[in-house]
Order: sequence, then C-alpha cells, then structure tokens
Amino acid sequence: MHGRIRTWGPGALVLLPTVLLLGYFVYGLIAWSFNTSLTDRHTARKGPANYVGFENYGNLFTEERFLNSLKNLGVLTVAFIVGTLIFGLLWALLLEKGVPGESVFRSIYLFPMAISMIASGVVWGWLLNPSQGEDARGLNRLFEILHLGFLENAWWTAGSRWTTMLSIALPAIWQLSGYIMALFLAGFRGIPPELREAARVDGASEFKLYRHVLFPQLSPIALSALIILGHMSLKLFDLIYAITGPNQFRTEVPAVYMWNTLLRSDQAKAAAIAIVMLAVVAVLVIPYVAYTVRQESKE
Amino acid sequence: MSAADTAAATGRAAAAISRKPQKRGAMDGSTRRSRTIRYVLLLLFLLFVLIPVYVVLITSFKTSGDTTAASQWNLPKEWTVEPWRKAWDVLQPYMIRSLSLAIPAAIISSVIGSMNGFVLARWRFPGANIVFAFILFGMFIPYQAVMLPLRTTFTELDVTRGVPTLIIAHCIYGLPICTLIFRNYYATIVPHEIIESARVDGAGLVQTYARIILPISISGFVVTLIWQFTSVWNDFLFALFLTQQNNGPVTLGLAALSGGQKVDYAASMAGALITSFPTLIVYILLGRWFIGGLMAGALKG
Repeated sequence: MHGRIRTWGPGALVLLPTVLLLGYFVYGLIAWSFNTSLTDRHTARKGPANYVGFENYGNLFTEERFLNSLKNLGVLTVAFIVGTLIFGLLWALLLEKGVPGESVFRSIYLFPMAISMIASGVVWGWLLNPSQGEDARGLNRLFEILHLGFLENAWWTAGSRWTTMLSIALPAIWQLSGYIMALFLAGFRGIPPELREAARVDGASEFKLYRHVLFPQLSPIALSALIILGHMSLKLFDLIYAITGPNQFRTEVPAVYMWNTLLRSDQAKAAAIAIVMLAVVAVLVIPYVAYTVRQESKE
Repeated sequence: MSAADTAAATGRAAAAISRKPQKRGAMDGSTRRSRTIRYVLLLLFLLFVLIPVYVVLITSFKTSGDTTAASQWNLPKEWTVEPWRKAWDVLQPYMIRSLSLAIPAAIISSVIGSMNGFVLARWRFPGANIVFAFILFGMFIPYQAVMLPLRTTFTELDVTRGVPTLIIAHCIYGLPICTLIFRNYYATIVPHEIIESARVDGAGLVQTYARIILPISISGFVVTLIWQFTSVWNDFLFALFLTQQNNGPVTLGLAALSGGQKVDYAASMAGALITSFPTLIVYILLGRWFIGGLMAGALKG
C-alpha cells in the first residue's frame, strides 16, 4: 500500500490544485448560483433572503420576455448551424481535391475566426444599417450600387423573428464557416486514399463516391461540429451586444436577457436564467462527456 | 468523434490539412471544366469573406465628412490617418491592459495544463477517469452560470478589480482546455514504454516530467499559448462582468469607442482593426498551430 501511494501520490498531488480550483470556481459557484435562483433576492441589497423554491423558474417560463428570448435563440441556433455547416462543408468540398493557391483560400476563409466578436460586431453592425433607398448605407448601399435593390431590407430592426435573427446569424456564419471548413478539410484529408481508389475501381461515380464512401466517414466530424456550433450559439452574447446594443427586445437571447436582468440587480432571476442555460448545455454535453470518458478508459 | 479525439487531432489535423492530395493522371476535359467551376465559386466566396475587410479598411482612412451614405463604398476622397490616431489615443491604455492580462494568463494556464495533462495521460492514478470527467465538463459550462457568485467572490477576496481579477479568472477557466490539449498531446506522442522504463530506473514524476516530457512539449505549448492568448484577448463577457471601463481590457475599450449616440465611424473601424492586430499577427505568423489550437479547442467555443 505504501509503495502504491508513493507511485500514485505525486500524480494526484499535481492535479489537486486544479481539482480544488475547479471544485470551487466551477461546481461550487454553480451550486451557489442555483441556490440564489431559489431565493427571493430580487435586489442588490444584502441580508438574508427567503427560499421560494422553484418560483423563479415558474415565473420565467410564463414570462413573455423570457419565452421570446428562447424563441429568438432557437431561430438563431437553427440559422447559425445550418448556414455555417453549409458554407463550411461547401468550402471544404471545393478545396479538398486541391486547387492552385489552396493555402491562400484556406487562410482567408479562416481568418475571421481570429477576430473578436466585439470587433466583428462593430463592423457588421455598421454593414447591417437598416436605411434603404436613397439613404441606404452598409450592405443595403452595396445592393443599391449592384442594382440588387430587391435584396435591401431593414435587417434586424424590422420584420419577422426570422429576418431579425438571420441578420444576427449572418455575421456569426461569416466568422465561423472557415472553422467548420478546417474541421471537414482535416476529415477529408484523413480518409485513406485507398478507399477512393477502391470505389473508383468498382466504378462508382463521383457523386456516389461522396454519398456512400466519403460522407459516412465524416459523420463523426459533423456531429462534433454540431455540438460546437450549438454550444457557441447558446453563448452568443458579444456579437448581439455589439450589433444591436444589449437592450433590444427583438434580438434578446437568454445570455443577453441575463445581463439585462443583472443590470436591474435582480439576482435571483438572473441566476435562474443562467441555470436554465446551464441545463440546456448539460443535456447536450453530459452524454458526450460520459461517452468520451468511457472511450478513454477502454484504451 | 469525442472531445478527446477532436483534441487529439491537434497537430495531426493541422498537418492533414496542409497535406497535398495525391496526384492523379492527366486531366480530361470534364475535370478541367469542373476545376474551373470550383475556382470561380472559390473566388466568389472569397469576396463574401473579404467584403467587410474592404469596407473597414477604406472607411478607417476617411475624413469624417467622407463617410456619407453615397460614398460609403468608394475609396477615400482624401486619405487620412486621423481616425487611426484618434482610435489609438482612446485604445492605447486598454491595449496595454489586455497585453498585461493575456500574456501571463496564457503562460500560467499552459504550464499548469502541461503538468496536469502529463499526469492524466501517462502517470495515471486510480480514479483518474473521474478527475478527467470532472475537468472535461468544466470546459463546457456557460460562464453565466458562475458569473454572479464569481463577482461576489472577488469582491469578498478584495482582489483589485481589473487586470489581476481577469488573470485569475482566465487562468482558472482556461485550465480544462489546456489540460485536455496536453493530455491528448502526450497520449499521442509519448510512448508508454518510455515512462515505464524511466520508472524502472527509479525516476520520480518530477524528474520524468522535467527530463523527458518538458523538452518535447514545445508544440503543445505553442498550441495552448495561442489558444489562451486569443481567447483571453477576445473575451468580452468576463471583462464586462468583472471590470469597469476604466480598468477593462481592449474589448471594453472598443465597445466604448463604438457605442454611444454619436459614433465616429472612421475611428471605430480603425479601432476594430487596431484591437484585432495582435490576434491577427498570431494567426499569420503561427497559422499552422493556430489551426491546431482550433481543432484542439474544438469543443470549448
């Protein structure tokens, strides 16, 4: 026993600080937030608060504004994921066989990823200027110059939930498609060349080659791209903050609503929104973490 | 593909992307045509990506009278660096704060992550899997779920708001990703046998780490340093929650420069460019590892 501790002890000791820090700053603080969400702490005032059980959650799910933010998030997520996957996959498909200057295309497609959402939000907020016709600015002005007037629209400032959230999704798609391209490109390049050759020898057409041989190989990557994007979409905050300002009902998502609630010092409600966000992530991620760890221990 | 697989792709994926596809025989007419079509499409998409860049660049060199609706997409009538000077005056203190925040935060979390990763990959102890799951989940939490008590904790600890607070926060919340990147890096490049024979020879953990692991960790460090530097530099949420504008990092500075009633568009475009330079330089100089970092961090978001 003593010998075992001697071999294992140092390793456990190295991890101890990390475990303690994460224990407090991740799990401890989550518990703290959850605890706050069960109270009636609706002001910044200190002092004891009363427990009200799940009342705050009950209120949230009957509140117009919160439901609106959830619907916005749903639309945003769909638009963002579909758009990014389409662009990313398309670019990867165009590049995967190799074209002259491939590395230039790759670098340019990928570069928006290096930029902060605040910086890209500042720029896109300007491009998505709602003025039209004579006074058109930003992208609308570009459409005007190109005689594509029918494309002009009020972006996020008017129209349906779909137009609004699509306008928010557009910059996000611009920023992240290159990333998805890189994931898929790595996937394509990772497929052994023999597989293609074999399919060709068997007389498969290009279309069939992709449909039956290459795409199935990429499904794990597609799944992980889906989780990455879904997860990012939930946390999209900076972009909306920079494009529309934080206090816009039209573009409000839970992450933004939480910030607005906090500005009014309603701690219990802000905590409840945060815990709902966590719950959404957990539903997605816990099976994933469990699966990963099981895979690892098989090693 | 699991999170770990994704992360294991670190250098490999970056290498795979740059690997040239195998050569094929002479092209016939139809492949040549399809290649032309592909090329045209690629160029069109290139425009989509570069349009914002064009408009930002030209606007940042315009005089304030030149940013009217009609002339928005035209080149400046008269080129001026005035917007750049103006943006720089506002942003300079923020830039310095961001640098003094991102560099130490990246180094500290990388170093701890490297040791953690080594233990989890090659010096495992009973229960290491539970610890692994514990750390892995920490990577996914939305920061909103900890933000409010985090602020209270920092207030109670009496940590000076601003750079020190943010360094602590970014180090702690960067630990999961750094640990995971290194864990997979070591699992891929360090054979079990080497560690075993070092153990047989009586080398302890510290010796093994210092003599065997550290010297081969350079590309792992490059990846985590890039990853942490970029995400700390680009962070807005922690900055907003944990600092005030007068001691905040550059994302807050840019938001302040570009917010408000009367916005100087030329200056705010110049500001967007100025605040993006450090991460763009990292991207341009270390592109290959940058991709590696993205792959590795694929699931942090």
